[in-house]
Amino acid sequence: MPADFMIRAALAGIGLALACAPLGCFVVWRRMAYYGDATAHAALLGVALSLAFALPLYPAVIAVALVVAGLVTGLSGRHHATDTLLGVLAHGTLAAGLVAVSFVQGVRADLMAYLFGDILAVTRGDLLTIWLGTGAVLALLAWRWSGLLMATVSPEMAVAAGIRPRLEQWALNIALALVVAAGIRIVGALLISAMLIIPAAAARPLARTPEGMALATGVLGTVGVFGGLTAAWHADTPTGPTIVCAVAILFVLSVLASSLRSARQRR
Amino acid sequence: MRASANAPPLVELVGVSVDLDGQPVLDRVDLTVRRGQIVTIVGPNGSGKSTLVRAIIGAVAPTAGTLRRGPGLTIGYVPQRLAIDPSMPMTVARFMNLPRRRPGAEIAAALHDAGLPDVGRRQITDLSGGQLQRVLLARALLDGPDLLILDEATAGLDQPGIAAFYARIEQVRADQGCAVLMVSHDLQIVMRASDHVVCLNGHVCCEGAPEIVSSLPGYRRLFGDGQADTLAVYRHHHTHSHDHPDPDPATRSAAPPARDDAA
Repeated sequence: MPADFMIRAALAGIGLALACAPLGCFVVWRRMAYYGDATAHAALLGVALSLAFALPLYPAVIAVALVVAGLVTGLSGRHHATDTLLGVLAHGTLAAGLVAVSFVQGVRADLMAYLFGDILAVTRGDLLTIWLGTGAVLALLAWRWSGLLMATVSPEMAVAAGIRPRLEQWALNIALALVVAAGIRIVGALLISAMLIIPAAAARPLARTPEGMALATGVLGTVGVFGGLTAAWHADTPTGPTIVCAVAILFVLSVLASSLRSARQRR
Repeated sequence: MRASANAPPLVELVGVSVDLDGQPVLDRVDLTVRRGQIVTIVGPNGSGKSTLVRAIIGAVAPTAGTLRRGPGLTIGYVPQRLAIDPSMPMTVARFMNLPRRRPGAEIAAALHDAGLPDVGRRQITDLSGGQLQRVLLARALLDGPDLLILDEATAGLDQPGIAAFYARIEQVRADQGCAVLMVSHDLQIVMRASDHVVCLNGHVCCEGAPEIVSSLPGYRRLFGDGQADTLAVYRHHHTHSHDHPDPDPATRSAAPPARDDAA
């Protein structure tokens, strides 16, 4: 019988993997990888604010993530390319978060837990929050799924069909803020976008439709969480990074399998 | 059955101007599309054709002027190209179900009508240019649109391909009675069934009916047999050169068919 904290860790990791599955697909399809990074880094500023002013952690992280999303969505295309803006916001907010935390007494060690996560320290309360966040993300994306897909395939075709792409973009912004908040205790601010991108990228060669890819992403993410937790338990390695290593290995296997398959078809 | 000049307009633009990033792109454009009409918009690259289409579908708002759409207007839009990211898997059948799910039989019938009965399970990125064009058209027709907008839909096709595509559009108009707004960068050769041709270069340079010249032996040689029935020549009658920065509205209101400066 595994220890309680391992069960909590597994449940937290599965929640994150499931929330990341449909969202990670959109992040990959819409080339928003860097945007996920920026939101996750900004979350650290939310952590700092919550520590400094004794605010509840998750609302503070979600609020800062949404502000960053609003800035990117509102400012892009005026004077700077989106990736330039994201670079400014990602590193600006990360640095501001680190500086702000240094003013708060006795939380330096704590901060490491938010940079790299500590899935083994997840409490029952955290678990509830993570699964509420996962439920909200899945419900939001299921509700907006069709419009989001259409807007991703072609913004003009979406508009002609009466869909408003900027509104749909906000569904993604909110989902991203929720996932970042849910993931910050598990894999930490620096590795959340890894959980968004790598399982989705690994699922791509296995899928024929967008829905199939989202499903495969959820399965691979869950497998990665189990594999990473088990490996970290036996090898006594940091858990969050080990989970990311596990999904990265799944990505390599998927790429190898698909290139073998296409090589055989060509022959 | 030709278009009725008395039918209520599906789309009506009066003095529509659009600025993008402070740059004027469209300048006081008037345009009316009525039910059953085929309107072709021609213009060189950068003439604002795509912006005009984007304004009509509602993707950009006019900076000045009024743009009216008929109540409950449904638009079938065929984009110039489809840039699906290679990271997104998408079968043709799934694509046809965007943005609304439909019965499989309806999709199969639409693909059959498009002459592509066997592509449903193929990835959309594996289709040839002509096949993709037919899939895009079939998808746009699923809703039974009032107005079919084709944005440079013939860009990737050769002349026989264009002729076949135009024949299909004519048939669609006859079957469904929808209006068609066709955008093309080909200044001379337009769809013969066009009721009205508008030459755009930021402003409306000139407009009129295409000349049905397919009976002339010279044009029949130019187009080849079979194509002469769908293609026609549009003769421009500009009173000013194409490259002037600021058109004088006084000169474009009086436009006798004087010369053809687009040739």
